[in-house]
Formats: sequence, structure tokens, C-alpha cells
Amino acid sequence: MTKPIRDIEAELAEEFSLFDEWMDKYQYIIEMGQALPGLPEADKNSDNIVNGCQSQVWLTARKEGDVVSYQADSDAIITKGLIAMLVRVLSGHRPDEIVSADLAFVDQIGIREHLSPTRSNGLNNMIKKMKYYALALSSRKEEQAL
Amino acid sequence: MSSLSVITPFDVETIRQDFPALHQMVHGKPLVYFDNAATSQKPSLVIDRIRKYYERDNSNIHRGVHYLSQQATEMYEEARKKIQTLINARQSYEVLFTKGTTEGINLIAYSFGQKWIKPGDEIIVSALEHHSNIVPWQMMCERTGAQLRVIPMNDAAELDMEAYAGLLNERTRLVATVWISNALGTINPVAEMIRMAHERNIPVMLDGAQALPHMQVDVQALDVDFLTFSGHKMFGPTGIGVLYGKEKWLEEMPPFMGGGDMIEKVSFEKTTYNELPHKFEAGTPHIEGGIGLGAAVDYIQSIGYEAIGKWEADLLQYGTEQLLTHFDDIRIVGTAAHKASVISFLVGDIHPYDTGTILDQLGIAVRTGHHCTQPIMTRLGIPGTVRASFAFYNTREEIDRMISGIRQVKKMFKS
Repeated sequence: MTKPIRDIEAELAEEFSLFDEWMDKYQYIIEMGQALPGLPEADKNSDNIVNGCQSQVWLTARKEGDVVSYQADSDAIITKGLIAMLVRVLSGHRPDEIVSADLAFVDQIGIREHLSPTRSNGLNNMIKKMKYYALALSSRKEEQAL
Repeated sequence: MSSLSVITPFDVETIRQDFPALHQMVHGKPLVYFDNAATSQKPSLVIDRIRKYYERDNSNIHRGVHYLSQQATEMYEEARKKIQTLINARQSYEVLFTKGTTEGINLIAYSFGQKWIKPGDEIIVSALEHHSNIVPWQMMCERTGAQLRVIPMNDAAELDMEAYAGLLNERTRLVATVWISNALGTINPVAEMIRMAHERNIPVMLDGAQALPHMQVDVQALDVDFLTFSGHKMFGPTGIGVLYGKEKWLEEMPPFMGGGDMIEKVSFEKTTYNELPHKFEAGTPHIEGGIGLGAAVDYIQSIGYEAIGKWEADLLQYGTEQLLTHFDDIRIVGTAAHKASVISFLVGDIHPYDTGTILDQLGIAVRTGHHCTQPIMTRLGIPGTVRASFAFYNTREEIDRMISGIRQVKKMFKS
């Protein structure tokens, strides 16, 4: 049983609270980026691209039972770390939970003020695309990919 | 000009005192500003001039009989004369005020295109262009049925001059090329390019946006037909720029935009146009921008291009050497023999965006990405670069800060 979205967000916020320095927070984001498996080359196509990011970001989603599973990749590691956090928070939840998630951890961690406006905008676009996928998958049967 | 003391010898610490924005903390660290190719910081002389304009001189120009309007007009026209002197234009009315380099290029593409370009004609640009010297010509080609030709470059990012010679032909109507590449720093051999084009009576436009901040420009010695540049890259305000054009072209070209100031007589049946430069300056202009740019010209001349060039050449050489000495996996992108003080590079296989983000946390402002030159990046097969671009107020110590910043980047990404 997956933990509720809110609990995973709280976990992340707590992990980040261990670091005083922003450099350490960045180091942690980098490590999460390096740990994210990434996507096969074939999936790095224009359908899966998240628009509005300075680096390239790709996102896929499929339904496993009644929950959504996300996979993501980016050619820049910090960006990959950011989407890794979103994958960790949202993956394994039902579409209705994902669509209604307010993702308050983004502001609790304080990422937004440390991101350039273009990157903050990119983060919003990642969230938008993940919610859009969830919505699109909500009417589909089990084991279907988009 | 006379109120400014000429600083000799070049004293960077004194100069830095003239730039308030350089003295601030970013993310708790003293700012290192290496994004000068995007825009330069402004000296107090420029900032104070603009403030004074709004506090005392503000008035609309060219049409008022009252005192303030005449004052403002005089100052605006004096700024035009300062630019005329700076670039050695024959006439002050050959200096048109624009919003910036981009507007200058669009103006030529529109007006020159409308007058002289026909289907099958050709325009030559180079592989090193900023998007602003590609897209206006593509739009012009769509309107007129002309073709765009591109001078290729080698792996060092130098233009292939033999290929250029081969592209010049009886269908060529204009050569529009960048003088100094914003992305890589290559200084193109524009004097030679102009000479070759003029042998076939083909006019040449130079995108001088990156040239004016660094080097002496003499439009008569170059015999260039059009030169366009931006105020904000040469220590002046944003939103103001210059298009220089030879009188013989500007006289013949139709106006770009219609409105007030650019007319001689208007009726619903027929309108006649004002004389140069007003024919190309419709509407109330960026008055304080022009005046501020005039102050920036004063400032540049108080330091002198010779001193600027020497200092920046040292920064370029020192920065390049330091990068290559301290790291064995640095790739300098753009290794032309003649370069301005721009170093584009990649650190191992770390994405430029990652490098730039960490450097920013250390207070070091560099630019990352394709620098509005996607065709260059495609040609070199890279997603973009990290770009450090130096102005005369930068120092070797700041370069040392960047070197230790890169060391930290490598540690964090385990490269």
C-alpha cells in the first residue's frame, strides 16, 4: 500500500530540512537526479517532451491497476532531480488523487525561490503534464499506457 | 566629455566604483558578473543622466516651442551627434535611433526589401548569426520570394571565406553578417567581407551588437553600408539602439513605420515624409534612452577603446589558460584566431544548465544554453554552452572565482 501523497511530501520536506546550506540541498537534488532510472531513447520523443524547460525533459505514464506510474528523464541532472521528486510523490497513486494534489512541498522546501523564473516555469509545466496524464489515464482500463 | 577625467593608466578598481550594480551580494556571495554579452552593467554617469532627465528635462521633443521641449530636443540630438562621432559617420542624420539591434535589422529587411528585393534574389548571412539576424531575413524572403544563403564555418567557428566568395553572385542583393559572434566570440573579417561584396556592388549590413562594447568602429574606414547595434550592451539603457545607414540608401528606402514625427505633410489623400533621420523615427522616441546612450558614449570615450581592448584581451587569454590548465575535461567551444572577450565552454559531460545553476549559487553570473544561436549549436552537435563574457570592469580575481566554482561543480556532479 502506497503512502498518501501528503505523507510523501512531508517526508521530502523533512529530508530537505536537514540541510542548512542551499548547496547541500542542490547536492541532494543532484543525487536524486542521478538515481532516477531515466527513459529508453525511443521514449525521448517530441510527444513526451515537457515544454518550457531550458533543458530537455521527457515524461511517460502508464496505468498499473488503478494507479498511475510515471517515468521521466532529462539531459540536465538538476532538472532530472526535480522531476524525480515529483515522480516519487505522485507515482503509484490514483488519477483522482494526483489531479487534486496541491504539492505544497515545492514551496515548503523553498525550491521555487532558488529556481530561475524559467526553471520555476518549467517545474509548473512538469506538474501540469503529470496531472494531464493522470486525467487522460483515469478513463482507461488497467495496464494501458498513453 | 570635458567634465570627465581621462583615466590613465587603466585602473580597474576605480572603474568598478563607477558601476553600482557590481557591488552587491548574490546568494550571500559577492557578485561576479560574466554575462556582459547579454547586457552590460551601467555606470553612474548613465544612471544619473537618466534620473536628471526625468527630474528636470522631461518634455516631448521636436514639436514644442516651449523651453523644456527645446532643451530635450537639443539633448536628444546631441546624443545623436555623439554617436556620429563615435562611429565616424559622415552625417548625423545617417544615425537612426531604434529600439535596438533587432529593430535595426528588421527595418532594413522591411524597407530595403520592399524597395530592392525581387523573387530569385539572394541575401547572404553567416553560420554565426544570432536569431535576430536570421528570422527577419527569412520573413523578408517569404514576402519577396528571395533566397537566404549561408556562409559556412569550420570547427573553430571561423567563416569559410572561400565559400563566401563562391556565394557572392549577380543575384546577391545584400550581405548581412554578424561582426562578433555573441555565442562564441569569433571576430569575423568584416573589412575583407565588405571589400569582396563591394567589388560586385553588393551592400553589406553588419550586426555590431557585440562590437561596440569592445572596439573602435569607423564606418567610413570600413565603408560599411549599414551598421546596427544596441545601447544596453554598451553600458547604456535598454530599449535604445542605433541603425547607421549610408545616406544614399536611407534616402531611397521607404519608411518602416508610419506615425507622428516621420511626416512632412499629412492629408487623407496623400502624405509626404519627413527628411532623414525623422523619416525612420515614427512616434515619440525613447528620449531618455537616447540621452542615456549619449552618456554611455561619453563614458566609453573617457576610458578609451585602446585601454578597453588591452584589458579585455588579457582577461580572454587568462581565462582561457586557467580553464585549460586547471581542468583536463574542459572543452572550449569556438577557438577562432580572432576572438572578443567571450569564452563558451563545456565542463566534461555536465549539462551547461547544471553548471550555470551551481555557479549562480556561488554568485557567479554566466549564461547557459544556445544563446539565441540554435544553428551554431546544431552545427557543433551540442545542446548549448556555458558562456562567460567579460567587460573591462571584470578582473583576473573574478576569473579565479569562476575556476574554483567549476571545481565545486565537478565535485557535485562527480565529473
